[in-house]
Amino acid sequence: MASVTGTAPALSTGASAPPERRRSNWVPYALLLPGLLWLFVFFVVPMITLFSQSLQEGSIDEGYTFTGNVGIYAEALQSYFPQLLRSIGYAASATVLALLLGYPLAYFMALKAGRWKNVLLVLVIAPFFTSFLIRTLAWQTILSDVGPVTSFARSIGLTNLLQAVGLTSNDNLMASKFAVICGLTYNFLPFMILPLYASLERLDPRLVEAAGDLYASPAQGFRFVTWPLSLPGVVAGTLLTFIPAAGDFINSKLLGNTQTVMIGQVIDAQFLRVLNYPLAAALSFVLLVLILALVMAYVRKAGTEELV
Amino acid sequence: MAEQLSGDLRLVGLTKSFEQFTAVQPTDLTISQGSFFALLGPSGCGKTTTLRMIAGLEDPSGGQILIGDKDITSTKAYQRNVNTVFQSYALFPHMTVLDNVAFGLKRRGDKDAKRKAEEALELVQLAEVGRKKPVQLSGGMQQRVALARAIVNRPDVLLLDEPLGALDLKLRRQMQIELKRIQSEVGITFVHVTHDQEEAMTMADTIAVMNGGRIEQLGDPATLYESPRSTFVANFLGQSNLLRATVTGEPGSDGTVVVRSHDTDLEVSRAHLPDGIREIFLGMRPEKLRLGTGGGPNQLKGTVSDVSFTGVATQYLVRMPWGRELTVVQQNDGSARAVVGENVTISWAAEHGFALDAHQDADAGVDTED
Repeated sequence: MASVTGTAPALSTGASAPPERRRSNWVPYALLLPGLLWLFVFFVVPMITLFSQSLQEGSIDEGYTFTGNVGIYAEALQSYFPQLLRSIGYAASATVLALLLGYPLAYFMALKAGRWKNVLLVLVIAPFFTSFLIRTLAWQTILSDVGPVTSFARSIGLTNLLQAVGLTSNDNLMASKFAVICGLTYNFLPFMILPLYASLERLDPRLVEAAGDLYASPAQGFRFVTWPLSLPGVVAGTLLTFIPAAGDFINSKLLGNTQTVMIGQVIDAQFLRVLNYPLAAALSFVLLVLILALVMAYVRKAGTEELV
Repeated sequence: MAEQLSGDLRLVGLTKSFEQFTAVQPTDLTISQGSFFALLGPSGCGKTTTLRMIAGLEDPSGGQILIGDKDITSTKAYQRNVNTVFQSYALFPHMTVLDNVAFGLKRRGDKDAKRKAEEALELVQLAEVGRKKPVQLSGGMQQRVALARAIVNRPDVLLLDEPLGALDLKLRRQMQIELKRIQSEVGITFVHVTHDQEEAMTMADTIAVMNGGRIEQLGDPATLYESPRSTFVANFLGQSNLLRATVTGEPGSDGTVVVRSHDTDLEVSRAHLPDGIREIFLGMRPEKLRLGTGGGPNQLKGTVSDVSFTGVATQYLVRMPWGRELTVVQQNDGSARAVVGENVTISWAAEHGFALDAHQDADAGVDTED
C-alpha cells in the first residue's frame, strides 16, 4: 500500500525522481515475464521431464519407474554413434553449401540489387509459404530417377562423379547422401541468406571504397574489409542452418536410404514406433549436448564479441 | 622529408555527366606539386565529383587526369598513388587504429608497415591510441587517424573531402592549423574540397571556386578576395556590396575611371575594370568602406538602419536614398560609433572597388554556403 501511495503522485506530476527510478526498475522485468513464463512451461519443464524420462526403466504398457539408469547413455552412444556422426557431417556439409550459395546471393541483394532488393527478399522468403514437408517431397520429384534433372546429370557425367566420390551408390540421384544434403541445403538456405543479408546491408560501402583507395584490390578489399565485417551474419547464418539441420529427420527419411539415417530419424523412430522412451530421451539429450558443445567451440573461435 | 618528385596534378578537359545533368563541365586545371589546393563551392557544384574522379572512385565521362607525365585516367583507384581522407573518415571499425593506418602500406607489401604507421600516428599526435578501436575515439581523433592513414603512404596527391565538416567550430580551427602544419611538413600535394570559404582561405595556397560544375575563378586567396571576377565569387567569398553603375568616362591620368551610379559620380581603378563593358556592378568589401567623408571622390550619403557590435568590429547597415542597404564594417579602433537613424557619409578609395559585368545575377553565391 505504501508503494502505491508513493508512486501515485509521481505519475500525476512526473516531478519527483525517486519513485520514477523505482518504476523503471521493475518495468523491464515485467516485460520479460511473459517470455520467461512461456520458456519455463514449454522448455524448462519438458527438458526436466525428458531428462527424467531418460533415466527411467519400464515399458509403455507397464509404466515407467525412475531408476537412475545412466547406462542408457552409454547404450545410446554405442548403438547410434554412426548416426550421430553422420548427422553432424551432413549438417556441416549443408551449412558450407548454404554459405557458398547464400553469400553471393546475399551480397548481390544487399549491395547491387538496387530497387530489386525487396523483390529478391520476398523470393527468398517465398518457400515458407509452403510446408516444409511438401517442399521436401517436391525434391523427390525433382531428383526422381526418370526426371529431367537426373537424366541431365547422367549426360554430363555428374552421376558418375557423385558415385565415384561416394555421394550416391548408383547412377540415380534420389535415395542418396547427395539427395539428403541437397534437401538440407535447400530447406535451410533462407536461414543462411537472411542474417547474411542483414549484416551486408549494414556494411558501409564507403569502407570498401576506402580499402580500394588504400591500394586494396577488389579481392583484398573483400578479404580484409567486407568479409570480416559480415562475420556476425556468417556466424548467425551458419548457426541457424547447422543446428536445425543436425536434428532434422524429414530430409533423410524422404530423400535418403537405410545408409543415410540421421539421428533425428532414430529419435523419431524410438519415440513413435519402437516406443523405447528412455532411449529416445537419452539420444535427444546426447544430440543437445553435442550441438551445444560444437556451437560454443565455434562461437568462441569466431570471436563474435570482438566484432562490431 | 625525402620526396620523389612526382610532378604536378593536371586535369585536361575532365568532365563528368550523369544521365540527366553534367556534374562537372570540361575542366582544365594544373595543381602544382607540393601545393595546398582548395576546391571551394556550394553543395552540388561538382567539387566532390572532381575529387572522386582524381581518386579513381568515379569514372570520368571525358578528359584526362595526369600526375607529372603519367596518364592515370584509366587506372583503378587501388592502382593510383593517390589517397583520400573521406568526409565520414571511413575508418575500418573491426581493426585497431594502428592496423587502420598500416592498411595501405601492408597492401603494398611494405615490410616496415608497423613502424611507419606508428610514426604517422606520432605526426598526428595520437601515438598512444594505436591499440584502440576507432569507435573508442572522439570525432577529432578519428579525423586525425584518417589523415594519418592516408599520408603514411606518401601519396603523390592527398585528397581531402570536407574532412573537417563533422567537427565543431573550435576543433575545426585547431585542425585547420594542424593540417597546414602537416602539409608543410610532409610536402605532399593536398587537394582539399570544402564549402567553407574561410577554411579554404585559411589553408590553401590556391583556391578554385566552383559553381554549376565549372571553375568560376582560380587564384590565391587574396586575389580572389580583392579582385573577384564574378558576382558569385564576390558573394561566396566573404560579403560584397554591389552597386549597379554605368561607365561614363575614359581612364584618367591617375588610372581611374568615372562611373555613374544613382546620379552620383564614383571612381574605380582602371585595373579593376574589365575591358569593353559599360554596364557594371561596382563592388566594395564591407571592411573597405569608411563612415565619414575621408576626402576622396567616392562618397555616398545614407542613414544608419542597423548596428551590430561584434567586439573586434562593428557592422552597420546603411540605407541609401534609393532604398538599398550597404554593409559597412568598422574596426573597433576607438573611433566613435554611429547610432541607428544617424545620417552618415560612406567613403572608400578608388582602388578598393572592383567592377563586374552587370549581365549576371547580383545575388549569385549569396547564402549558398550550406
